[in-house]
Amino acid sequence: MGINTDKNSYTILFAIGMVIIVGTLLAAIDSSLKEKIKTNKILEKQQNILYAIGVDDNEGNNVSFISTDQAPIEFDKYVVNQIYIQGGKVIEDEEAYLIEVKKEKTLAKNPNYDRRLPLFIAEKDQKKYYVAPIRGKGLWNSIWGYVAMDENMVIQGAYFDHQAETPGLGANINQRFFMDDFIGENLLDSNGNFRGITVSKKDLDPRNEIKDDNRVDAIAGATITGDGVSAMIKSDLRLYVPYFKKLKQN
Amino acid sequence: MGLLSKKDSKLILDPLSDNNPITIQVLGICSALAITAELEASVVMSIAVLFVMGAGNVVISLIRNIVPSRIRIIVQLIIIATLVIIVDLVLKAYAYELSKTLSVFVGLIITNCIIMGRFEAFALGNGLWRSFLDGIGNALGYSLILIIVGFFRELLGSGTLWGYPVLGDAIDKTGLYAFGYENNGFMLLSPMALIVVGIIIWIQRSKSTHLIED
Repeated sequence: MGINTDKNSYTILFAIGMVIIVGTLLAAIDSSLKEKIKTNKILEKQQNILYAIGVDDNEGNNVSFISTDQAPIEFDKYVVNQIYIQGGKVIEDEEAYLIEVKKEKTLAKNPNYDRRLPLFIAEKDQKKYYVAPIRGKGLWNSIWGYVAMDENMVIQGAYFDHQAETPGLGANINQRFFMDDFIGENLLDSNGNFRGITVSKKDLDPRNEIKDDNRVDAIAGATITGDGVSAMIKSDLRLYVPYFKKLKQN
Repeated sequence: MGLLSKKDSKLILDPLSDNNPITIQVLGICSALAITAELEASVVMSIAVLFVMGAGNVVISLIRNIVPSRIRIIVQLIIIATLVIIVDLVLKAYAYELSKTLSVFVGLIITNCIIMGRFEAFALGNGLWRSFLDGIGNALGYSLILIIVGFFRELLGSGTLWGYPVLGDAIDKTGLYAFGYENNGFMLLSPMALIVVGIIIWIQRSKSTHLIED
């Protein structure tokens, strides 16, 4: 090769050329796939919410959502009402499930902003479910989930997920052995005050048979992710307490 | 191997034994410690690295004569990051479920020093085919150690293999647990992975004494 690759001018030209090529390539691929990725994310939300109320394709111990073709149909069938709560007012919104909790949390840093709290009301086998999205921090990145409750704030189902928790440890929050433990747990204590659920290493109840202790068994080696799950349940579901109190009075 | 010359097959076989990337070259230790708590995660990571190493080495080898040497590390980093991001985007659009399983590995691959190490040590100075073989060979060597470590950590730490309880049920006290056996929770933590890798290095060096330096 006849090029002198050590020359300054060559180095700079090469760097500029590479940035232009790589930048264009990535931008082109990203914008051409954007719509498809967006649709996938919406379908995933529907699958997650349905999973929380027990509409899934689970076999054995594997978590498996209903198929993406079925998700919109089943979603319309089971989710009877979508609302969001803003400043104590309940507002109906057919697309409340598209509200992004992440964005609302950022906006809520401004004290003048009343955060929108989405809540999806579903009916399955003559039973009412109230599904709330939650979001928090794990060890490496965001964790989030959907918690289905009955009108007494007893958990009926939960789905958790994560961006980048450690595989084999914190990443297991989206496995059934962890999520299923939340079913039947009461978010309130015996006096009816909100206490949340603590992911506890001292639970001494690995089968999780005691349901009114506000605790579930932690995953060994995933302390920080587990603490993140406890924290997001406490901070985010607490905001729904006034709604459930009103619900009982009526 | 009829397909490969003796010199070429050495590229595949050496990293599996006397030139293993983890135990001899000490590359890729961070991911070997981080993700080997379960066998399944080890295997997924191995496959992902196999793809990226094969493709990455070929791309670097293709452009080896036109890369200015002073910025070659940055160029390598950009190429590897671009490759991984493209694969990630395509998976997100066409195989969303798979992309979710792999998403946690993306960051680990970009920063995996095995990949940079092989670009630098091999692909920059060798032809296409040999670079490809070197990438595959080193990824296989890396996979071998990952799977061994994952096997022992999951077996001793959780009493399961690929999620199946092979030693009995720890809570109901069946199988081995009926005799008072307990899982070792330490095995789930990264320091024990380092100790397992250490034991592998020890066994390897006591068998192949020519590897021991003074």
